[in-house]
Formats: sequence, structure tokens, C-alpha cells
Amino acid sequence: MLENFSLRTIVEYLPLFGQGLVTTVWLSVLSFAGALAVGIVLAAMNLQRGWLFRVPAKAYIDAVRATPLLAQLYFLYFGLPRLGIILPELVVGILALSLNSGAYVAEIIRAGILSIPRGQVEAGVASGMTYVQRMRLVILPQAFKVTIPPLLGQAIVLVKDSALLSLIAVAELTRAGQLLASDRFMPAEGFITIAAFYLLLYYGLKGLAALSGRWLGLAGART
Amino acid sequence: MIWQQLQSLAGSYPLALRGLGMTVMLSLVSLVLGTLIGFGLGILRTGGNRLISSVIGAWVDLIRGTPFLVQIFLIFFILPELGIELDAFTAGIIALTNLAACFICEIVVAGIRSVPTGQVEAALASGLSRWHRMRQVVLPQAMRIVLPPLVGQYVLLIKDSSVVSAIGLTDLTRVGWLVVQRVPNGLLVFFLVGLGYFIVCYPLIMLARRLEQRMGAAHGEVQL
Repeated sequence: MLENFSLRTIVEYLPLFGQGLVTTVWLSVLSFAGALAVGIVLAAMNLQRGWLFRVPAKAYIDAVRATPLLAQLYFLYFGLPRLGIILPELVVGILALSLNSGAYVAEIIRAGILSIPRGQVEAGVASGMTYVQRMRLVILPQAFKVTIPPLLGQAIVLVKDSALLSLIAVAELTRAGQLLASDRFMPAEGFITIAAFYLLLYYGLKGLAALSGRWLGLAGART
Repeated sequence: MIWQQLQSLAGSYPLALRGLGMTVMLSLVSLVLGTLIGFGLGILRTGGNRLISSVIGAWVDLIRGTPFLVQIFLIFFILPELGIELDAFTAGIIALTNLAACFICEIVVAGIRSVPTGQVEAALASGLSRWHRMRQVVLPQAMRIVLPPLVGQYVLLIKDSSVVSAIGLTDLTRVGWLVVQRVPNGLLVFFLVGLGYFIVCYPLIMLARRLEQRMGAAHGEVQL
């Protein structure tokens, strides 16, 4: 039973949890930046008329969406050394999260751009704007607005997904809980504490998403 | 070298089949249970009882706010401390069913809320009972909103089932992990593992897309 739930051990291990939390936060920030970069490139490729860029981008997005992140993570973790690329676990993890989330970000950006009514583009053409001007001055500023809430939703998913990196021994938050569970045989203390920390991050990001929806004047923006 | 590896891989096909069977089993059982419970929770949450709906809302938020891996560990390691003995398979089913039910609850709530109030009022005026209002008026109309994300949720569920390999269940991902210890070619092994998931998930993704287009088109909305 849980009557000997030990708050003292949790306090004792707090520095470890703190380190894990910090690691989870910054590796998520880095991965999200990577995902944005990957997503922008994929979305741009996917919106081309010609098949040369569109088909590979689509294939990549579908392949990522139809396979589990854990299999992708192991693919890189066990596969990269095979190609002679030896990277620290942490880097492999960030790479996997970026490449995985990038596919979802690409779809969000594409949906944002396609949500701009055709009339806007036509007005741009009629005003004699070039393609780049239309993109930069008409489409992207409007698309930017609608993509923010779903992008924050993806950030929430990414933070939660980062827990899987504990399975390749990255010392992040979940790993800290596992250590407490295995060193002291205190799984309840370990996993309940990290669950609380993840909830903290979740409510923070969720609040941010709600706020951003209000700032941007999007009615009924929910994540 | 590669020939030897291929032979060794071919030798582990019974293991791969077992893993695939486990993945299908886990997904199927939790998909059916999760859908039933999810619909029940969704209907209860829109039912008008404040207490019930806020308890469900809080639980759904707890599940949506924590990583699935942590949920599995909590169930697998803590339920036994509460005196509930369970094996890894049961723990996996409980975790997956709970996850699916929570996400499906949200989908169902959104669907029910999308039905115009006039419809419910008309049903009330016609003297339909609560059960008949739900079954014959609200749910059929809500399904238009519910169906595409529901299929999408099934894809997520199948993918999330890979995480239960962390508590030692021999599913498809775990088989990859076992095989790669003997056949040191991670690219090939996990390409095949990925292919296994892709074959199941990709048709479902296409179906979700088709449904989304059809449901939109059937009601005269503009398609892009």
C-alpha cells in the first residue's frame, strides 16, 4: 500500500528532478526550433506545383505520420552508428524529435497558408505583386496568426514525446523518475513527482495557447 | 555480410509475427474498449450534471497533460502497491484504453456541441426521451464531426501501443529491439518495423482524409 509514501525521499531527490526538468525544457525548445525549420522547408516543398519537390515531401510526411516515434527513435539510435555517425544519445534524441515534429509542423503551416482565401492572392496578383511579395506581405502575415495555436498544441505533444528519450538513457525528467524507482524501489514517489512536473509544463503551454488565441483575436481558438 | 544478415532476419520471422500479433491485439482491444468508454464519458460530460462533467474534465486533462510512458509506469508499478496484481499485458491494455477513452471523450464532446440547439429543442418539443434525443437526433448529426478525428485517433492509438514495449511486452517495436541485438543493422531492422506499422496505419490515415472531405462536401462546404 501507499501508506509509506515518502515525501522526504522526494525532497532529497529534488535536485535530480530539477535537473531533469531543466533538461526536458531545453531539449524540447531546441527540438521545437528544429521542428519549425524542418516544417517550413517541408511545407514550402509540399506547396510547389511541380512534383519534384512535392512528392518527396509528401512521402516523408506520410512515413513519419504512419509510424511510431519510438520506432523512429530506435531507427536513428541503432541506425546512425551503422552509417559511421556516432552521436551522443541527447543529440540523437533531439534529432528524432525535430524530424518527427517537423512533419506535423509542416501540415500545420500548409493548412494555415491554404486557409487564406483565394481572393487575397488574386488581389495581390491584380495589384502587380510578385510571388515573393504576395507571400511576404499578404499570405504569411495572415497565415502566421492561424498557425500559432496549433503550433503550441504541437509543442505540448513534443514535450510529452520527449519522455521517450529516457528509453535511450537521456537524463531528462522521466529518467529521473526511473532512477528513483530503481535505486530506492520507490516507483510511486518517482513517477507521481514527474507526472506533476509534466502537468506544470502542460498547463503553462496550454495557458499560453489560450492567451495567444485571445491576443491574435481568434474566436474559439482551442488546443 | 548483408546476405548473412538477411538470412538471420528471415530466421526471426516467427518472432516478428508474434510481435505484430501483440501490436494488433493491444490496439484492437483498447480501440474497442476505448471507443465504448470514450463515447460514454463524452455523453456524460455533456449531460448537464456539473459535478460529473468537471470530474471527467479534470481526469481527461490529467491524461492529456502527462506523457503516455509515465502513465504506463504509474499503472504498471503503482497498482501492485495498492494491492492490485497485474501483468504487463493487462497494464498495457488499461493504459491504452484509458488514453483512447480520454481523447475520444474530447472528440465526442466537440461533436455533440456542434449540433445546433434548435435540434435538441425540436426533439424535446416532440416529446422524445433523453435516450431517444441522444440516439436519434444528436449522435447521428454529431457523427459527421466525430468520425474523421476518431479514425485519426485510432492511428495515434496504434502508434502509442509501441510505448508499452517499455514494460517488456513483446510487441513489434520490442521485436525490433531484440533482433537488433543479434543483427547489428539498425537501419534495416527498424525500417522493417516501421514498414509493419505503416501498412496498418497508412490506409487509416487515407480513410480519415477521405472522411474529412466527404463529410465536408456532403454539407455543401467549400473544399480547398
